[in-house]
Amino acid sequence: MPLVLIKHALGLSRPKRQLPAQKELKSSYDVVIVGGGGHGLAAAYYLAKDWGVTNVAVLEKSWLGGGNTARNTAIVRSNYITPEGVRFYKESMGLFETLSQDLDFNVMYTKRGHLTLAHTDAAMRTMRWRAEVNKHLGVQSEVVDDKDVARIEPALNMSRAVRWPILGALHHPVGATARHDAVAWGYAQRAAEMGVEIHQGTEVTGFELSGGKIVSVQTTRGKVGCGKVLQAVAGMSSKVAGMAGVTLPIRTIPLQACVSQPLKPFLDTIIVSGSLHCYIWQSQRGECVMGGAVDPYPLQAPRSTLDFKEGLMAHMLELIPGLADVPLMRQWAGLADMTPDFSPVMGKTSLENHYIDAGWGTWGFKATPVCGKRMAECVATEKVPDILSAFRFDRFKNFEQVGEAGAASVGS
Amino acid sequence: MTRLPAPWGKWIDRTKSLSFWFEGKSYPAHQGDTVASALLANGQSLIGRSFKYHRPRGSYSAAGWDANALVQAGSKPNLSADRLAVQDHLQVKALNYFGCLNRDWGRLVEKASRLLPAGFYYKTFFTPRIAWKFWEPVIRHMAGLGRVDLQAAHAYYDKEYLFADVAVIGAGPAGLAAALEAAKAGAEVMLIDEDQQIGGSLNWARGGDGEPMAKLAGWPRISLLEQASVQALFDDNWLEIVKGNRLYKLRAKSVVVATGCYQMPLVFRHNDLPGVMLGSAVQRLMRLWGVVPGRRAVVAAANEDGYAAALDLMDAGVQVEAIADLRAHRDAGPFAIEAGQRGLRILQGVTPYEAHENNNRLAGVSLAQIMGEGRCGPVFERIDCDLLAVCVGRIPATGLLSHAGAKFAHQAHMDLPTELPAHVFAAGSVNGCLSLDAAQKDGKRAGALAAKSAGFEAETPPAPLRDCEGVTHPWPIFAHPAGMEFVDLDEDVQIKDIVASMQDGYDHIQLLKRYSTSGMGPSQGKLFWPHVKRLMAKEKGVTPAEIGASTIRPPMGGETLGHLAGRGFEPVRLTAMHRRHLELGGVMMPAGAWMRPAYYGQDKNAIEKEVRAVREGVGLIDVSTLGGLDVRGPDAAAFLERLYTWTYAKLAVGRARYVLMCDQTGVVIDDGVAARLHDQHFYVTATTSGVDRVFRLMQWHNAQWRMNVDIAQVTSAYAAVNLAGPKAREVLAKAGTSVDISKEALPYLGVREGMVAGIQARILRIGFVGELGYEIHVPAQYGEALWDALMTAGQDFGIKPFGVEAQRILRLEKGHIIIGQDSDALTHPFEIGMDWAVKMDKPFFMGQAALRAHLEKAPTRKLVGFELENDQGPLPKECHLAIEDGEIAGRVTSVARSPALGRVIGLAFVPPGKAQAGSRFQIRVDGGSMVGARVTPVPFYDPKNQRQEM
Repeated sequence: MPLVLIKHALGLSRPKRQLPAQKELKSSYDVVIVGGGGHGLAAAYYLAKDWGVTNVAVLEKSWLGGGNTARNTAIVRSNYITPEGVRFYKESMGLFETLSQDLDFNVMYTKRGHLTLAHTDAAMRTMRWRAEVNKHLGVQSEVVDDKDVARIEPALNMSRAVRWPILGALHHPVGATARHDAVAWGYAQRAAEMGVEIHQGTEVTGFELSGGKIVSVQTTRGKVGCGKVLQAVAGMSSKVAGMAGVTLPIRTIPLQACVSQPLKPFLDTIIVSGSLHCYIWQSQRGECVMGGAVDPYPLQAPRSTLDFKEGLMAHMLELIPGLADVPLMRQWAGLADMTPDFSPVMGKTSLENHYIDAGWGTWGFKATPVCGKRMAECVATEKVPDILSAFRFDRFKNFEQVGEAGAASVGS
Repeated sequence: MTRLPAPWGKWIDRTKSLSFWFEGKSYPAHQGDTVASALLANGQSLIGRSFKYHRPRGSYSAAGWDANALVQAGSKPNLSADRLAVQDHLQVKALNYFGCLNRDWGRLVEKASRLLPAGFYYKTFFTPRIAWKFWEPVIRHMAGLGRVDLQAAHAYYDKEYLFADVAVIGAGPAGLAAALEAAKAGAEVMLIDEDQQIGGSLNWARGGDGEPMAKLAGWPRISLLEQASVQALFDDNWLEIVKGNRLYKLRAKSVVVATGCYQMPLVFRHNDLPGVMLGSAVQRLMRLWGVVPGRRAVVAAANEDGYAAALDLMDAGVQVEAIADLRAHRDAGPFAIEAGQRGLRILQGVTPYEAHENNNRLAGVSLAQIMGEGRCGPVFERIDCDLLAVCVGRIPATGLLSHAGAKFAHQAHMDLPTELPAHVFAAGSVNGCLSLDAAQKDGKRAGALAAKSAGFEAETPPAPLRDCEGVTHPWPIFAHPAGMEFVDLDEDVQIKDIVASMQDGYDHIQLLKRYSTSGMGPSQGKLFWPHVKRLMAKEKGVTPAEIGASTIRPPMGGETLGHLAGRGFEPVRLTAMHRRHLELGGVMMPAGAWMRPAYYGQDKNAIEKEVRAVREGVGLIDVSTLGGLDVRGPDAAAFLERLYTWTYAKLAVGRARYVLMCDQTGVVIDDGVAARLHDQHFYVTATTSGVDRVFRLMQWHNAQWRMNVDIAQVTSAYAAVNLAGPKAREVLAKAGTSVDISKEALPYLGVREGMVAGIQARILRIGFVGELGYEIHVPAQYGEALWDALMTAGQDFGIKPFGVEAQRILRLEKGHIIIGQDSDALTHPFEIGMDWAVKMDKPFFMGQAALRAHLEKAPTRKLVGFELENDQGPLPKECHLAIEDGEIAGRVTSVARSPALGRVIGLAFVPPGKAQAGSRFQIRVDGGSMVGARVTPVPFYDPKNQRQEM
């Protein structure tokens, strides 16, 4: 039994408060981070750790990690299709590898293997494209046939007598999951230890601009001055950027997910089917975590629907018919900020001191460490790191997109 | 099996005996029993083991409100024994034990509970890095409840739609009154109830009047949906209801939520033992199933409910040792008075402080005087007993109201609805009207309002006053130095876990929930949230009202993946000639939602033979799956000008022209042909999988532009073939046509309407394969006749049907691209040599602005034809990469061995500098080796395109 638990049981280690208690807002900060989700907290952590910038406030309108950090389904992978994307997510997975140790907090990063199933010729071609790009950039990824799929995940229904038989898959052995909330909490704790202030229940209501700069941030708890502003508010990116007069090429669409009641372990691999618009993995608690494509229409409200569950489960039972009698436990929705090219937007906007971390669609959680680290670098040095440059904001104006539609988890 | 005599046990049929299996042992039961009631009737109170500590658990609510009595029945996991009806020979297993249910060695975890505080897994198991690899499977193995049987047969599930003016959820006193009132006003009412029989508390509560069905007699406008549970109340009164293996979807004009209350648990040491039960559970077991869950009982009371339960127990012959009334003084309610008169021992200001266990169940209760909020004096007495009935308060069952977006306020230590969305009403005890009289009056009011909101005239009776004061104890939580007071039975969360989570800083209700896992279990905290909020409020020094509510999300419990999936509906589209393809030995493959022949016959050279037939003689391919759109009206040409990149205004009637569509970012998304049949009528084709999107975009844009056009998607209205090859004209002539098909009268890209083999047809002189060819479109019902006529006419010319695979090779020989295969999500027309199809000098077309920007920039890649330098080595596959100086330089999009040319040819994206004919590049193939390729002009075959113009 690990020592920490024994110490705790014997009363040798005093419980110490992990998440900081609420403080008064100061009149100004060097950096104001709007959004206390995983991304914002990670950026705060790396600002303090890598760059010694600690006069930082993270402003969260609700509770820590309460937006899409709480609502995503915690899959981490790097088997993207564009070299820019693959490099970026590969660096993120590298950071995830040691994140528990770095944060001294178990984020339960667990490699399970990840199968993206192909049910058509065309899908098989896309899988090969991804595999080739991945391997070229040193990411473990391979096209496998139906026999290999059956061997890697015996729970799958390999029958040919279904509407969309499984022809093969893209196998990504390093595909992983992490405890999404813990990632936010871990970053928050360590950032706070280094002096970052985290303000929950503090909603940003506007920005005061002067001479092409944001000079102060208006909040529900008063006004704070700012050297620089970083916004990391997935689901609200357009609204917050709009307060600074910046228009983003983003459509916000609900993305839903659900979990079953807890079951004994039967599924080891993360299973994704783009053609059937569904994915499933089984959590440490034994719950099946399931989801699909974004809703068919934009809406800035995270509400659940019946349609979503019906469509999802019809497909899910084609993949694993034995789940028919499993009770569903909970369903919910998050908000996906979709960009035209299915890639995020990171870097500077047209304002001198406004930094943006947006457009995270359905792929934001897995980028939490790398985005935090590189956005911190960007804010601290005022230079856009190479790894982020492809994701710059003005690429849309110039039609220099980073086309990831082919590797979005379950398509558009 | 011991049962109380009638009238106890009103839901069992004592004349019908059943038997079922639990943990390998057979038990007798009656028709009408649940697994929990039958087990308890047989003295089996231990039903399962808890999630974390593997503590013994039994039925707690007898109503499935918690995860205490979850069992496995055959292949079905996580069913509540409280609600699972006994069927003859049913096989039931307990969940989550190691070894055997009675002696579960998993309970060792409880001994180690001091080692496992709230959130323990965040604090450890990660150093060294390898540790998690070891612990993660251990944790996974310990977690989880029921088992999935992957081999089990898929049960039949289906769905049904329902409609109602007024839906009433819950057929207790309030729901019945509401349904009657709404029906009186003229509304069609759907009354939905989850129990075996309607009536709610009328069936089991002391003083219930017992004949609920009679109230509904003579009301044809009330439809009853029994044993059906409402899982969710979605936007616009869209109700998800589960009954048996059927999912009902009900749209109602208005909804009355009369879901009643849960009873509140009492939190003290070992409050989870089998034998500790909610008072309502005891009453249900006795009145509904004739089961006495104990011989000697103690009742913990904080309201009249406790006295009613005690009197019921006495009437059933149970020895009631004492009533521990948590209050310093009791109200003079009728049941309390009766209990006093009947000589019950009543202790005021006293609580059970610890429950004692023997043989996996309750053996006694230690009582202590309450000294203050949650504080007790020393234990003054231990009473031996095998039943503790808990009646310390109510929890309104507000889940469905929460789904609908209601707001709640804290009143009388309960969360009661204050603001309801339009067309949603709450009635009865969920609305704070607890007594029978108040509940019925409130139901009447809600029923009238619901009818009115559904458009009927009704007089609204006045709202009764809420009578919920003094029912719910403010603090039925008693910490013990040794712990094991369970706040959340599902998740084994103790008081100290809540406190520790708060001290760790997780002091927002949502953070606490996630960190402590309280409320995350199968019952989603229905019974446990109020206590969690009390403990949080105390720790924070605020009132429970200030903590706020946690969102209750669907479903309410009981829906399975099978309910949601139903029968599934994955349409397969078949062309009119499908039967012919099968007769000819066609090997079918999916193409969008359609099935198409990939090739015909088992011959391993089948594809090559098909290719040769087209090049040398004549072939016939079914192209019915191509999208077809009729665009008609005065603005038809102008409409196409805006949507497609080329120009159509001056296209002559009787001519066809290629169409290419870009999205707003200039990315190529579809192609096809526009045939001008009339000045104001174009027949436009689209790709098989792209036509739905094209049709949607056409409608979308026409809604914005408001042009004078009519757009119809006619894909499935027409069947079509492509008759291709040097002998095509002869075959068509032989089949018989009213159209002059001579080269002069119907040249390449000509379009005519006329008869073919006696069938009205649209004839387009186009083709994808680069030979003399006719695309012939006929009404779908004549597809098979057309196919037969052409095959018969072609017999003398050696006609061969050909499939998608041959077509892919034929078109590749011609260098024709397939959108989606030879283009990707960023491809613009100039990269794929489509400059000729883009009219940049038009005033506007979709994607034009983006394409202007592209033209100003240096190109980054170009699609080229290539052939291999060495045909005999390893062959590239589609999507293998071109590599230049160790970097990705491009990608193969199509590749095949050309029968006509006798060598491997393909299309690939390469850097612009490598795009000139003769340039060499390297392709990395499977296994990592490189093969050389040389850029070759396209078309590879018939470069001057003479054959299609013959």
